[in-house]
Amino acid sequence: MNWPVLSVVTFLPLLGALLIMLMTRGNSPLAKGTARWVAMWTTLVTFAISLVMVQKFDASSAEFQFAEKHDWLGVASYHMGVDGISLPFVILTTALMPICILASWTSIQKRVKEYMIAFLVLETLMIGTFSALDLVLFYLFFEGGLIPMFLIIGVWGGQRRVYASFKFFLYTLAGSVLMLLAIMAMYWQAGTTDIPTLLRYNFPAGLQTWAWLAFFASFAVKMPMWPVHTWLPDAHVEAPTAGSVILAAILLKMGGYGFLRFSLPMFPLASHDFTPLVYTMSVVAIIYTSLVALMQEDVKKLIAYSSVAHMGFVTMGIFAANQQGIAGAVFQMISHGIVSGALFLCVGVVYDRMHTREIAFYGGLVTRMPLYAMIFLVFTLANVGLPGTSGFVGEFLSLIGTFKTSVPVASLATIGVILSAAYALWLYRKMIFGTLKPALEGIKDIGLREAVIFAPLVILTILFGVAPKPVLDMSATSIAQLLDGYNKAIGVKTAATQSAPASGLEARIIPVSVAR
Amino acid sequence: MNPMTDLQSLIPILPELALACGAMLLLMVGAYAGEGASRFINGLCIFLLIAVGACVVMLPGGRAVLFGGSFVVDDFARFLKLLMLTGSAGTLILSLDYLTSEKLQKFEFGVLVLLATLGMMLLISASDLIALYLGLELMSLPLYVIAASNRDNARSTEAGLKYFVLGALSSGMLLYGASLIYGFTGTVNFTGIAAATKSGASLGLIFGLVFLFAGFCFKVSAVPFHMWTPDVYEGAPTPVTAFFAAAPKVAGIAIFVRATVVAFPGITHSWQQIVVFVALASMVLGAFAAIGQKNIKRLMAYSSIGHMGFALVGLAAGTAEGVQGVLVYMSIYVGMTLGTFACILAMRRDGLLVENISDLSGLARTKPAMAFFLAMLLFSLAGIPPLAGFFAKFYVFLAAIKAGLYVLAVVGVLASVIGAYYYLTIVKIMYFDEPAKPFDVMPGLLKLVLGVAGILNIVFFVYPAPLLGAATVAAKSLF
Repeated sequence: MNWPVLSVVTFLPLLGALLIMLMTRGNSPLAKGTARWVAMWTTLVTFAISLVMVQKFDASSAEFQFAEKHDWLGVASYHMGVDGISLPFVILTTALMPICILASWTSIQKRVKEYMIAFLVLETLMIGTFSALDLVLFYLFFEGGLIPMFLIIGVWGGQRRVYASFKFFLYTLAGSVLMLLAIMAMYWQAGTTDIPTLLRYNFPAGLQTWAWLAFFASFAVKMPMWPVHTWLPDAHVEAPTAGSVILAAILLKMGGYGFLRFSLPMFPLASHDFTPLVYTMSVVAIIYTSLVALMQEDVKKLIAYSSVAHMGFVTMGIFAANQQGIAGAVFQMISHGIVSGALFLCVGVVYDRMHTREIAFYGGLVTRMPLYAMIFLVFTLANVGLPGTSGFVGEFLSLIGTFKTSVPVASLATIGVILSAAYALWLYRKMIFGTLKPALEGIKDIGLREAVIFAPLVILTILFGVAPKPVLDMSATSIAQLLDGYNKAIGVKTAATQSAPASGLEARIIPVSVAR
Repeated sequence: MNPMTDLQSLIPILPELALACGAMLLLMVGAYAGEGASRFINGLCIFLLIAVGACVVMLPGGRAVLFGGSFVVDDFARFLKLLMLTGSAGTLILSLDYLTSEKLQKFEFGVLVLLATLGMMLLISASDLIALYLGLELMSLPLYVIAASNRDNARSTEAGLKYFVLGALSSGMLLYGASLIYGFTGTVNFTGIAAATKSGASLGLIFGLVFLFAGFCFKVSAVPFHMWTPDVYEGAPTPVTAFFAAAPKVAGIAIFVRATVVAFPGITHSWQQIVVFVALASMVLGAFAAIGQKNIKRLMAYSSIGHMGFALVGLAAGTAEGVQGVLVYMSIYVGMTLGTFACILAMRRDGLLVENISDLSGLARTKPAMAFFLAMLLFSLAGIPPLAGFFAKFYVFLAAIKAGLYVLAVVGVLASVIGAYYYLTIVKIMYFDEPAKPFDVMPGLLKLVLGVAGILNIVFFVYPAPLLGAATVAAKSLF
């Protein structure tokens, strides 16, 4: 690699933001147009370059690729690179950004320039989070994302935007500062914050426990896991459509990515010990938030709660700690990124027209918006996890993975699948079928711009549902390597405890099989 | 010794001598030229400070000890002197237009700032208790006067008086502590005290240490000696507040660090508890008390209390990493403070200064550039990456973790989350609320300070090596 493709992909959006800042003055229609087009082209070019990475990526290697390393702080270095686990997320980010820009084309009319700048800065920070190979650098990108998202929710949000933006910011920050302390403790223990080095480092068990908890505090809030999920419905409801899309599709995935990149490989012993905790929280999230979703009156809130439930499958799959579980979790995250993003876009379509998200307001849309009804159906079914859509593959794999380690957990989680069908189909029936509400007489079906937005998402949802292999192959080697290290660390520990007499009981209480 | 070598041995204090002579010269010029030349003289003061700064840089490096060990010039002193001079010069730049428009333009203002700066330079280099006290008083007396420099304003005179009474009390305590320390060790020299306390300390010495620390805490406005800060910050003319928030804090932290690290390395565990408590209390109080504030200067007072708490986290570690953290923290803090006060001074509507946070309402739409920079400075003060304020906190907590001060670190970062709330509130007012009547046009000098501080604050992460390197070298010179 003779040009730093990863850095280019990461910082190109920032350059676009600078360009908008310098090129436009005031709030004239011309300035708005310029801001939109610059943002559009920047994100498209970024996406195109990120596809170059896909093409050159060697999926048979678990090494970090496109790596770049420069001196930066004395403590940390600027080290970037992607492997099979992070690349899918980078692509998801670059792919969704043009869609978000397009989705905001007409619905955002005030302070367009600032809006586009915030989104482009956010894109840089999101890509950076997934490709940073240094803990401090990771933290920088991870936390930096709070600033643009805070502004996006607060400036362009709905009624209770101030409350929602503060809650989002402070919740996430509170979770993350503890992670920062853990990063420092790891630095003094291992002498570096370089992620590839730390992945091979064996942390002592005591530090693992505390560091795992600190990282967990951050990622569980970000994910979000029950019971720290309460910021999500507020943030989703108040954010503008594209903000919700980014939040659901990418920001939430940072939590799952964090578990895969840090918790599992760096603190295997602690991860193993805390698996019952994660399982419990995941199962509660799946069942409880699905039930909560059934009771919602606001479309966005319903989808937000369904996101929490789906993220429950992800955490469950990750901590099943086997090939199927983790592959399922990664796939579920990618699929959820597409599907939930698309669902929020669907809400945005009707919200742009009627300016309400109340479920009871809608009904019988199929008679006026047949195409919209069709698209909405695809994503509703994908959200339910119907075979043939991408939602099925992820859920199925993570359930299989969990089934191997804990039958009760997998069985309880399966209830969630039924519940998700209940709330999603209920929502669909209420909004699309039934008699047409008088207020909706004049509603128009989706236009060309909206069709362009949805087309790639529909295609991907069905394509990944039928042929999930490209995504699964991309990450398989990296996951295998992750599990290899994990099992070795656990194996050493169980071998040690098996010689002790009391270990048999413990092994039965924690239903995690290590003999694979 | 012949007179020539005597003079040569004075070269390390050339900056101080230049500053002292220059200040007196400007005082004379001012007295003869009259009030009309005030703005010109205050402008000259800025150039004098820059020249002194250049002098500090140009003098040969290494360590020099003068006056029988009571005055030391090392990398630590040079680093902090430059930083403090930046703070002084920055606030003088901020004050020029303000003084003119408020009809407070007097040449004594600049000269008093110069004299206070001289006191701070002596304080930073002090390495025995007498020099410490002399420097501290030379710094404080001009500060009392400039706090009350708006003579016709009741709040300003109240601020000056309050500061004077409490400052005198704290000087007394410090002096009492110093005499106890002298009594129990038999020396006033820091290295001598270090030698005497190598094998532990008597109760009397600890007593003296506590009183000494009380004096330091007053100067850096750390809890529980912070009470004067909000009133003085609010009452004093705004450029004076900016000055209080920047330069004397640097000098206070400098002597706090030097005295503890150089004079009491043998009894680290004794003073560490005190510093840990002070840091904890300052961070927590700074975070909570600022939440309810309506006046932005008062808010900045609580914010600076909190920031001193964070800086002291580095000192609590008591290691070279910790001191490096303190130095990085103070550097970034001075930059953020100057930038923020440039904005506060630009809060002027129809020629009148306004000080309520609610006056910033909708600033993002009336003055987008100012709002952007202020928002970035506020996020930085809150410690959000990738802004400079994050790195400040990063290095002090890094040192605290290494020293095993986990409780301090955990409480500290949680306090920073609570502190983030009130900074966010200001951002919210600027960005989410409906615009109020726009402010007057920002004077060029304020724009300059805000622009430099704001841009350094945002792009610090791109190339942090120079500051970090200098801070490392400076910190090492104490150990």
